[in-house]
Amino acid sequence: MSEQKSSEEPAAEEEPALVHGVPASLSRGQLVVHPGRDRYLAVVSALQSDGYQMCVDLCGVDYLTHPGRTLPPGVAPERFEVAVNLLSFSERARIRVRVQVPDADPTLASLFELYPGTEAQERETYDLFGIVFVGHPDLTRILLPDDWEGHPLRKDYGVGRIPVQFKGAPGAR
Amino acid sequence: MSKTVETSQELQMRSSQELQMRMDTTGVEALREPGSVLRIPALPEEVESQPTPHDTMIINMGPQHPSTHGVLRVMMELDGETVLRSKPVMGYLHTGMEKTAEELTYLQGPTNVTRMDYVSPLFMETVFALATEALLEVEVPPRATWIRMLMCELNRMSSQVLWLATNGMDLGAISMMIYGFRERESILAFFEKCSGLRMNHNYIRPGGVAADLPDGWRDDVLAILDAFPKRLDEYDTLLTGQPIWRERTQGIGIITAEECTALGITGPILRSTGVPWDLRRTMPYLFYDQMDFDIVVGRYGDTFDRYAIRLNEIRESIKIVRQVVEAMPPGDYRVQDKKVTPPPRARIDESMEALIHHFKIFTEGFKVPEGEVYIAVESPRGELGCYLASDGSAKPYRLHIRGPSFINLQCLPHMIRGGLLADAVAVISTVDPIMGEVDR
Repeated sequence: MSEQKSSEEPAAEEEPALVHGVPASLSRGQLVVHPGRDRYLAVVSALQSDGYQMCVDLCGVDYLTHPGRTLPPGVAPERFEVAVNLLSFSERARIRVRVQVPDADPTLASLFELYPGTEAQERETYDLFGIVFVGHPDLTRILLPDDWEGHPLRKDYGVGRIPVQFKGAPGAR
Repeated sequence: MSKTVETSQELQMRSSQELQMRMDTTGVEALREPGSVLRIPALPEEVESQPTPHDTMIINMGPQHPSTHGVLRVMMELDGETVLRSKPVMGYLHTGMEKTAEELTYLQGPTNVTRMDYVSPLFMETVFALATEALLEVEVPPRATWIRMLMCELNRMSSQVLWLATNGMDLGAISMMIYGFRERESILAFFEKCSGLRMNHNYIRPGGVAADLPDGWRDDVLAILDAFPKRLDEYDTLLTGQPIWRERTQGIGIITAEECTALGITGPILRSTGVPWDLRRTMPYLFYDQMDFDIVVGRYGDTFDRYAIRLNEIRESIKIVRQVVEAMPPGDYRVQDKKVTPPPRARIDESMEALIHHFKIFTEGFKVPEGEVYIAVESPRGELGCYLASDGSAKPYRLHIRGPSFINLQCLPHMIRGGLLADAVAVISTVDPIMGEVDR
């Protein structure tokens, strides 16, 4: 907890309105930028030239059952979200990029050209959420078998259940 | 080092693979050329229409190969004994733990996450607890934080010792395996005394730790700390100076700092290239900013550097644990916030309300305010991150664990390219992948 406080003390005093022309917010003291899908690559590339050399994490979130989450003004919530965490060695700072990805067209540009290390993480996000990364060199399933149906971390993908049989029970209700 | 480079150059001259020379393309460029990562076309007809490369053979190493540390499968394209391209294939241990986490309350969460990285489970619990506390915006008492540091550093020692043991076994130093497991057992016995379990402790929970340290913990820890340095010197005698060991590790599996940065590699692999990046020092969490210790950094980025880093990190951890034992304050071991912490056992016998409260916390859990947060700690394998999103209910809306082994495995094709198949075993071992955390 102290790491975020110490690294982003100046930012915590005033709520950042715009970073590289896109809305920004603070989430528990951590700086988050919210580019649209069209500005996504441009913003991440600008952040990379700002010194965020490493992309530590990329993951998806399915906000199907929680549509009313807090977002800065000017950002329309969509079903999916991709959260990218970038790290700067020189500034010892982190920044998070959250992109909204609509249900009707779950595609997003791939970060492979900027950060080759996102290859596995984008594959994982594709595998578990079905978000297609355009420009990815090898977009295949990574954790699940190739013939798996569906994307399990989606909220409408049921959790597996085994029906419990009780002796003498009057059948399923 | 020069030996490996020569082999790869010779190989590229006579091979039909048209792989670019590794010396010509460095850093980020090398990652983009399709040379090192083996990609099999998806459609069968594409496979048939491709000209069959002669003299090369694709073999699968794993998932039952003993030196793959679990169920890692590495697809390799071989020219004789030289590895051309390779690709790690995972998922054999995938049990959907991130999905399971969405069905468990925040108090049940550590039971789930501790099973991901079963070699350093306390780091998993710590990162989950820190993320939950960041969302709750509660401050844990100092004693709880000190206990967390004590347990984490002991766990780091046991994890690195286990790595030394299995790495020794992979390279033929079988006696190292027995010694490593013996040392690890002494630490696991202490964990059992504290938490009741040797592994998968569920000890560090949101709001503090599950129980206070047992009586006599100080003597137990000091006994471990006194025994370790002698053992480490023995390992130095056994391995570090030994010519066969050096021959097998020096100049093998070289990676550069640029490659590490581009691929997101952290931990001992990044430090072996000379980048002094350790979250305990560079972005301190817990009370690491008050600790006096050194970051061990390598120079050449080879297997020997990574071995030396892990061995010496145990020495640094011993220094930290000694300071923690000195500094351990009295006080509460969990936060006295009625919303988060169940009432003590003694109160339950005398108060009906306490019993109800206890029951409610363990059945319904506590509600966590809406929001999302990313917290990272330095695990023995690198940056262990937790992205936690809450919708205001008592269960995480989304829990994502950034497993360092999962990311670090991506550097495997770049490290073993151009090397010998026998060295591939050493390189896989040097990544220190824990498949439970890779597949989650």
